[in-house]
Amino acid sequence: MTAWWWILAASAIAFATKLAGYLAPDSLLDSPAVRKATASVTVGLLAALVVSNAFSSGQSLILDARLAALVAAAAALTLRAPFLVVVIVGALAAALARALGVLP
Amino acid sequence: MTSPLTPAVRMGLSIGLATGLYGLSFGALSVAAGLSAAQTVALSALMFTGGSQFAFVGVLGGGGTFGAATAAATLLGLRNGVYGVSLDALLRPPARWKPLFAHFTIDESMATASAQEEPAEQRRGFWTAGLAVWVLWTLFTAVGALVGAALDPRRFGLDGAAVAAFLGMLWPRLHGRDPAAVAVVCALVTLLLVPVVPPGIPIVVAAVVAFALASWQHRRDA
Repeated sequence: MTAWWWILAASAIAFATKLAGYLAPDSLLDSPAVRKATASVTVGLLAALVVSNAFSSGQSLILDARLAALVAAAAALTLRAPFLVVVIVGALAAALARALGVLP
Repeated sequence: MTSPLTPAVRMGLSIGLATGLYGLSFGALSVAAGLSAAQTVALSALMFTGGSQFAFVGVLGGGGTFGAATAAATLLGLRNGVYGVSLDALLRPPARWKPLFAHFTIDESMATASAQEEPAEQRRGFWTAGLAVWVLWTLFTAVGALVGAALDPRRFGLDGAAVAAFLGMLWPRLHGRDPAAVAVVCALVTLLLVPVVPPGIPIVVAAVVAFALASWQHRRDA
């Protein structure tokens, strides 16, 4: 039951964030400093999510088949593959590395 | 004879289809992180902002608490507030419709609306992209959740899919030196913190570091 309350609360906050933009006086949020800060927070969070999903297991840092996914996804992005292809390439690389016993 | 499919509508529909398909990966990852299929679909229909949803289940999948997952999702959703400011100025919705406009405010509807020149096309672009993404994203999330529940996540590399998804969202935002510097610093901060603080917290700290770096970069350029 707890999970449902958190999902509803997090969704309500996401909606309130969107609505706040429509209701805020233009001068408050529409400044270069605010744009720069929100773009930067997005980049910082995504970078943190990449490395924590690639290298962490609970509180330890480990190297496993997810490393193959990271490298393969970066290669796919360099070749300008669309997002869905990047995701599939990442999954295949991790699955393959495990199936072949290259990485755990 | 004029086609009912204006350029904005066509762009909105194709973005809706392309984005909707990612719902498959979100659905599969969410059930792999421990949420039920119904909870997974609820996130897509109600939270309806892909990056935040991936962050929410990414933190949970790494063993983080619901509180840390909510914090990460909220911080990643802050950009939607900025989109709201731009779209309010661009589309001028009547006050009572603002909540409805707000729900459909996402990366894709913002991009489609702001790519158009005339106001009517901007409005059509916003609604076509917003509604098409919502319908298809929610639908494909359900498919992904049902299929994902039947898979062994590690054997099919779903943990690798999550890594690839976050990198795919990060990549197009790395234009220029400042965002790249923020990404490198935040990645290092996360690696340093993982062993010493509870799961999920490094991601929230990285957001604070990113904010501080942006303030510094802004003052440097001013």
